[in-house]
Amino acid sequence: MAAQRAARTNDEADHPSSPVLRFGPDKPLKLDAGTFLAPFQIAYQTYGTLNDARSNAILVCHALTGDQHVANTNPVTGKPGWWEVLIGPGRIIDTNRFFVICSNVVGGCLGSTGPASTNPATGKPYGLDLPIITIRDMVRAQTMLVDHFGIEKLFCVLGGSMGGMQVLEWAASHSERVFCVLPIATGARHSSQNIAFHEVGRQAVMADPDWHGGKYLDFGKRPEKGLAVARMAAHITYLSEAALHRKFGRNLQDREALTFGFDADFQIESYLRHQGMTFVDRFDANSYLYLTRAMDYFDLAADHGGRLADAFAGTKTRFCLVSFTSDWLFPTEESRSIVHALNAAGASVSFVEIETDRGHDAFLLDEPELFAAINGFIASAARARGLSL
Amino acid sequence: MSVNRAQRVDLEVVTDLIPANSRVLDVGSGDGLLLELLQETKQVDGRGLELSQRGVNECVARGLSVVQGDADKDLEFYPDKGFDFVVLSQTLQATRNPKLVLDELLRIGNRAIVSFPNFGHWRVRFSLLVKGRMPVTKDLPYSWYDTPNIHFCTIRDFVNLCEELGATVEKATALDANGQKIGLSMPWWFWNFFGQQAVFLLRR
Repeated sequence: MAAQRAARTNDEADHPSSPVLRFGPDKPLKLDAGTFLAPFQIAYQTYGTLNDARSNAILVCHALTGDQHVANTNPVTGKPGWWEVLIGPGRIIDTNRFFVICSNVVGGCLGSTGPASTNPATGKPYGLDLPIITIRDMVRAQTMLVDHFGIEKLFCVLGGSMGGMQVLEWAASHSERVFCVLPIATGARHSSQNIAFHEVGRQAVMADPDWHGGKYLDFGKRPEKGLAVARMAAHITYLSEAALHRKFGRNLQDREALTFGFDADFQIESYLRHQGMTFVDRFDANSYLYLTRAMDYFDLAADHGGRLADAFAGTKTRFCLVSFTSDWLFPTEESRSIVHALNAAGASVSFVEIETDRGHDAFLLDEPELFAAINGFIASAARARGLSL
Repeated sequence: MSVNRAQRVDLEVVTDLIPANSRVLDVGSGDGLLLELLQETKQVDGRGLELSQRGVNECVARGLSVVQGDADKDLEFYPDKGFDFVVLSQTLQATRNPKLVLDELLRIGNRAIVSFPNFGHWRVRFSLLVKGRMPVTKDLPYSWYDTPNIHFCTIRDFVNLCEELGATVEKATALDANGQKIGLSMPWWFWNFFGQQAVFLLRR
């Protein structure tokens, strides 16, 4: 069973069930780690049609455990795309109007080169031999994908959480290639607390004997227990205390009384165990290490001499930032400091804080105020770009 | 009705002061009425700063570039002379530190446009003098204990503050209770008595 899953992990990484763009040794990906990745590949999905002027393209950047299947049934889980509430025909991001691209990040595990991909030098999965990947590396790979479509300037780049970090990186390093950006529930750097939670997750993975120093796929194993614990801890940070209590309270799970043991007496325990178990079915443990590291390393101000405003100097890109009142992973203050930097840079910026008790994950949910803000921003930017169809 | 009409006239007066294609920051942009008016009639490059979440969300949903923020705290993040005009419409009296805010407006904009309700208006004076009560009017509908308006001033007071800050009054307009402009030839005391609102164009 575990061996089967291990084989499937490597298979999905090398031969994804989505289009894939392969770059040979002549087109290496330059990495911040000071080395090059070649050959490498990007797995992606597209929706809608690119117009003749190639001006209606929207790039969606996924979060830590997301993937390229933003608006189609996920081939691994069988569930709807992770942002289908927002993106699709007739939706706020209307694929009848826009050409939407979403790619799996480099370092991921659904078809873009990552630690579960086969290392051509050894014929075995990379494991920890893959260089450390940064947010900037992910975006650099995305620019190569955008080049492939012959798109000089994207109409919009949007995403939440780690996706929002990529959006900010696009705006900072490739502002001439993007008309407007929507970074949601994100920050210009990972806080100490965020790094701390990620470290707990990584240590849980690495403490699992099935991790085998990162070479578990070679052994036909997967550190499922460790990864499940990592997911359980992380999942708590995606929700708010109020939402958890509203949903679960101290309710007991399928029992009338406490069992005086360590079974999942409480619904919240059962819920978290379920979250952990379903996560390991679809995600690679080493990818989790790499992607959490990428987020930890992200510090946009540090990349620009310590002054965040300098990251956006002279930008013509339109910004709309969104935060949520109950998000304690990327609290509103993180967005506000980006807004201050953008103001200092004289950028065109909107900023909405949305009142909700659904925590960080609110960006993935059906939040009418979020949709109203996105809709207003996209519509006015489309008018300014001459995209009114 | 006269109140609404007067408020509209106040926005019209502000709009008339701003040439086409200017860069404008509207501090206290509310639901975006002025910014929208400016974009439609003057094609300005407009930005807004608004305290209330509801106002901001409404503005952004209408496609305006507005950020949630506090005039007392967030103006310091804007660069010197980043805008042609900074507008503070009916907001000065609600700030914690009007002097500092006005100083920031003059730093951020080549010109500042400030409109405010005149506490020297005869109705206000009448209420205090005869009734001995803080005035509650259609224009200023709050009771003293729940009003967001914590720093009222008269037209005279405002002119003094401008002098103190080294600001030049390029243009001033007072509107009476019917929203009519009070004649330029009238003396300051007349404005201060009959002007219900005032709009100032300043520079430094």
